[in-house]
Amino acid sequence: MNFKSFIGEHIFLLDGGMGTLLQAEGLQPGELPERWNLTHPDVITAVHRRYFEAGSNVVNTNTFGANCLKFDRAELEKIISAAVANARRAAAESSGTQPKFVALDIGPTGRMLKPYGDLDFEDAVAVFAETVRLGVKYGADLIFIETMNDSYETKAAVLAAKENSALPVLVSNAYGEDGKLMTGATPEAMVAMLEGLGADAVGVNCSLGPKALRPVVEEYLRVASVPVFFKPNAGLPRVVEGKTVYDVAPTDFADEVAALLGCGVRGAGGCCGTTPAYIEALAALAKGLQPQPIDDKQRTVISSYTHAVVFDREPILIGERINPTGKKRFKEALRAGDMDYILQEGIAEEERGAQVLDVNVGLPEINEPETLTAAVTELQAVLDLPLQLDTSDPVAMERALRRYNGKAMLNSVNGKKESMAAVFPLAKKYGGVVVALTLDESGIPTGAEERVEIARRILREAEHYGIPRKDLIFDPLALTVSADGTAAKETLRAVRMIREELGCHTSLGVSNVSFGLPARDAVNSTYFAMALSAGLSAAIMNPHSTEMMKTYHAYRALAGLDENCSGFIAFSETLPVAQTAVSVPVTHKTVSENASRLQEAVVKGLRERAAALTAELIKTEPPLSLVERELIPALNEVGVGFEEKRVFLPQLLMSAEAAKAAFEVIKSAVSGGTQRNGKTVILATVKGDIHDIGKNIVRLLLENYGFSVVDLGKDVSPEEIAREAVRLHAPLVGLSALMTTTVPAMAETIALLRTEAPWCRVMVGGAVLTQEYADSIGADRYAHDAMGAVRYAEELLRT
Amino acid sequence: MMSAPSVKQLPPPPVDRREVLRYAGHTGAGVEEPLALLLEECIKETLPRLRYRVVWQELPLPLSGFDPTERMAMEARLSGCRSVVMFAATVGVEMDRLITRYSRLRPAKAELLDALGSERIEALCDAFCEALAAEKKGEGLLIAPRFSPGYGKLPLTAQRELIALLDASRKIGLTLNESLLMSPTKSVTAIVGIYEESV
Repeated sequence: MNFKSFIGEHIFLLDGGMGTLLQAEGLQPGELPERWNLTHPDVITAVHRRYFEAGSNVVNTNTFGANCLKFDRAELEKIISAAVANARRAAAESSGTQPKFVALDIGPTGRMLKPYGDLDFEDAVAVFAETVRLGVKYGADLIFIETMNDSYETKAAVLAAKENSALPVLVSNAYGEDGKLMTGATPEAMVAMLEGLGADAVGVNCSLGPKALRPVVEEYLRVASVPVFFKPNAGLPRVVEGKTVYDVAPTDFADEVAALLGCGVRGAGGCCGTTPAYIEALAALAKGLQPQPIDDKQRTVISSYTHAVVFDREPILIGERINPTGKKRFKEALRAGDMDYILQEGIAEEERGAQVLDVNVGLPEINEPETLTAAVTELQAVLDLPLQLDTSDPVAMERALRRYNGKAMLNSVNGKKESMAAVFPLAKKYGGVVVALTLDESGIPTGAEERVEIARRILREAEHYGIPRKDLIFDPLALTVSADGTAAKETLRAVRMIREELGCHTSLGVSNVSFGLPARDAVNSTYFAMALSAGLSAAIMNPHSTEMMKTYHAYRALAGLDENCSGFIAFSETLPVAQTAVSVPVTHKTVSENASRLQEAVVKGLRERAAALTAELIKTEPPLSLVERELIPALNEVGVGFEEKRVFLPQLLMSAEAAKAAFEVIKSAVSGGTQRNGKTVILATVKGDIHDIGKNIVRLLLENYGFSVVDLGKDVSPEEIAREAVRLHAPLVGLSALMTTTVPAMAETIALLRTEAPWCRVMVGGAVLTQEYADSIGADRYAHDAMGAVRYAEELLRT
Repeated sequence: MMSAPSVKQLPPPPVDRREVLRYAGHTGAGVEEPLALLLEECIKETLPRLRYRVVWQELPLPLSGFDPTERMAMEARLSGCRSVVMFAATVGVEMDRLITRYSRLRPAKAELLDALGSERIEALCDAFCEALAAEKKGEGLLIAPRFSPGYGKLPLTAQRELIALLDASRKIGLTLNESLLMSPTKSVTAIVGIYEESV
């Protein structure tokens, strides 16, 4: 029987624990259990057989850690081939007459993925792919990915399974006591991502007993549209007289798990501490149960590595700021490959209340696939908001989508054949909610009816690709009202029709409506309110617009979405009482007074105040004099204090940040004034080292002192550093290492620089370095701290 | 029959602000207001995101199954002990995310967050060892000061065996990379000797 059709109609029983049984048979601590497939095939087969005899429909091969990180290729192939054969033999020899399947078991690699570990996402995919291909080759019936405690690694495993087999894929995650994965994902986020990737069933296993995991399973049942399975531990382990015992007995275990089978769980078994006795008890109870129907929950949902965002009655705010259109500073940053600017925008949008971030890095002269992927990778490393990938380049879309840690929003597809043929296959493969613009080969129709007609056509075409209606959100296009007085109204009619007639959600780029008008905020926020009451589900908007945020919070209160108006009240408290928070009256008479106040703000490390004062002063003072008369003296005062140990590192940094905030204001006020002395310093943390706080501190200070810093990041190879030093003909390279184990990489880098870029001076720093150490590896200077680095750069380059 | 490692999640230990500042390189007496405020901001942002997880296992002495050099180094520090508790602790990867989030945009804040993370993981180890000491005291036993791979004669490579023994990646999400660095970074593996009061 076909496994997929079997689980569609039946309750299916999984197996129980393997590790504890093997230990009872003599598996030693530190011994790899996967090898027992080869050395003890009879023991492994006997365990499998006992599970089949207890009533299991699915037995997992003994391959939890069978991957090419732990075994070489030849041994891996032998192990997987034997593992499948052992399970097959058990199925043939066992007496049970139930349908029996052999699942290729895949556990986590035990390594953390980048950026918080050192395993690259694609390398993880390749590791899993190897195991999957061998499982397929030796005849597994399905793939069972289990005990995954990180969403990103789970994604890598599922992608590998889908790309290298046509077998059904069951995916199970291990949740902690807080009901989340170790790396933060909620059950709702995991289900969203896994259904998007095409998992055939989703489940929960390991970590805790059936009672403690029940809320997680109930959450799965609430949100999942595919079968749900459950494989808990036999409670928690306790050590009694040197022996580990689990605190839930087989009958209690079976009672608790079977109760969930009655609530809609489709598959059940056990994990650590469970034995064939547990499965037998469970099988006895499952016999009398009818499978509950599995219904499509019709949820339009996206996710990040932590949480899901659902499109429903709650309006969703999609921040529009990560988009270079009309932003000179942003374009400059993109061309320079400076991701900090994007991060800063993203963090600011999050702080202002955006729930999703649109990410658009489209500029004609940049490599969009590379830049979009980099932006997504960087943003998802530090922000937990789901992302909307905004690009018209399908290559960029796919590369970013592949690396995305969750279920993304795709912006956009439209009614043109070509667009649908490019975007829908990506949505099908990786999952995602697709924003569909109601335009086609003949443009944007004027009337709402015609736009809805295009929407219908897009829906039909999506269905051909296997993309359900719930994964489409329509954007009926906000047009400029100053060009056509009826345009705004017509779009709202389309919003209402799409919601009511098609039952689909909508999104609008609200700000377009006011193009060409003065006081755009007023127009935008009013239009936003009108659209929300017409049933708009999401808006791409500027979260820094107070008017828009007022409308959003007021609407929620008025629409009965904000209990006791508490959200609105909390928001209102963030509104400035008057517009004079840090405003400084500036006249020529008071310039010097303001100036000394700017110095004071920098010395004290008051970031916001320094920025506000600079914004006032820049109106009357030339930027260069601001820098030289105010900022540099302030920095020097703090720097000298630091050298004399009157000022400590955190204070030095706060002052540097305040100065940086002031420089940012100056930068955006004057173009081209960013590199004040034009001397380039390259910075890098050496290969193998991932600590970069110290290096970042040096960078901040060097920038404050006017150096142009090219920061190559952390874990940078000697070759890359040398290549950049040559390319930029850099006079100075700063290297950082925090660990004794990475100092050799530093020595290697210096040696390479001496041959490749003999003109280049090298300064080194970091916790483990000393003057002697620096001398022994041939550095030109040991920078004892960040100020030391600045002093050396000045000494060397200010001549 | 052998025993399996035990896991628990501890309640958040109280924050020692002085200690955080010390880790951040502030060894002065007074703390100015902007810095004190920034520290509070860091604490407020961080605490709700951390989970204090520990996995441990008690093993009889002499040890079996470790690399001989490592075993000798451990046993040298455990002379007079009757057993040993090996543990791994972590405050989770959210701490790394927070530090990374600010490291390029606001290094001062990142520096404080990093210091806070160091204080948190040490506080977690202290809390775990205190509880262990209390438990052992009931049995008439005392615990020795903890030590970790990479200190003294115990090579850093022992980290690998400790993490494997404790099944730490599965139990608490603690992994090791190729250069023996732990992820999450605010993690500790350590060894605690248990001895009888009379010794």
